[in-house]
Amino acid sequence: MIVGDSKPLEEILEMIRDKGKVLVLGCRGCVTVCNVGGEKEVGILATALRIAVKKQGWQTEIGERTLERQCDPEYIEELADDIEDYDAVVSIACGVGPQFVSERFPEIRVYPGINTTFIGGALEHGVWVERCQSCGNCLVHHFGGLCPIARCSKSLMNGPCGGSANAKCEIDPNVDCVWHLIVEKMEKMGRLQELAEVWPVKNWLTSRDGGPRKRVREDLKQ
Amino acid sequence: MRLQYPTNVRVIQLPCSGRVDILHLLRSFEDGADGVYVAGCMEGDCHFLTGNLKARRKVEYVKKVLEALGIEPERIEMFNMSSAEGPRFAQVAREFTETIRGLGPSPVPKAKAA
Ligand code: SF4
Ligand code: SF4
Ligand code: FES
Repeated sequence: MIVGDSKPLEEILEMIRDKGKVLVLGCRGCVTVCNVGGEKEVGILATALRIAVKKQGWQTEIGERTLERQCDPEYIEELADDIEDYDAVVSIACGVGPQFVSERFPEIRVYPGINTTFIGGALEHGVWVERCQSCGNCLVHHFGGLCPIARCSKSLMNGPCGGSANAKCEIDPNVDCVWHLIVEKMEKMGRLQELAEVWPVKNWLTSRDGGPRKRVREDLKQ
Repeated sequence: MRLQYPTNVRVIQLPCSGRVDILHLLRSFEDGADGVYVAGCMEGDCHFLTGNLKARRKVEYVKKVLEALGIEPERIEMFNMSSAEGPRFAQVAREFTETIRGLGPSPVPKAKAA
């Protein structure tokens, strides 16, 4: 899923200052799963904003709504019925949400209420880790199921580097050296010799280096 | 059991302090409460094992929200007490009421009665 962090309340308050009516807009997708932008968080953020509004004596009204997804025009369209009542939208979906909302309703000011951080998974309730960098050419099966691109600080294809010490990465003793894990795992699987193969420089054109990506499926297009 | 505790304290009963919700804690401040405290069982004595530890973390979260809004974080607290300790319940109610009196009314205006 896409993982994010709430923006500081002070920053959001600055966004909505002077606005008459503000909609806090959640998403039932990834951000619900990582507890940052679902219906529950919409309620918490909207309530915190209402407390601030009352305290400051502002006249701002705060509305709440949560869409099935904000990365799909079909659901964004549901806003059409009453969006013109609002002066601003604070979207707490990933960065796709505020962009899709403002593309569809260009006359409305749309603000991101969260910082989108990474593609990852939950290790336990309340703990998320980065696991994929959407490089566009997945190779994890060559590395014992571990991704050296997302999990090695230097995205080395032929690791580890000299900074690996006691299974930790040199950037931070709390960060696992994924190359240490890869070697251990491959050894356990009896596949260590596969790591002797030297990987050529990765073609990053499938990643962001090839510019913004677009995917078209002719079989699905209407 | 009849106990004397300040009449300004409004008690909301929950099966376990862990059931308390960040949203509800915030809503009480939205409605103009001057202070809120959560009373849970002694640590280690929760019938649901960790309810009171979770409640404490939620209270900590709300403290941070209040702070960001420029409201004294002392307006929300978590207290642990044994369910057999009636007098301690009354004492906490009195002490917390005093703390809040010291802070004065909440900077959030009370909802006007219609
Ligand atoms: S808008 Fe973002 S957070 Fe919501 S479902 Fe789509 S990708 Fe996930
Ligand atoms: S190899 Fe690429 S696609 Fe596969 S997990 Fe790593 S970054 Fe993601
Ligand atoms: S039963 Fe969980 S705090 Fe009392």
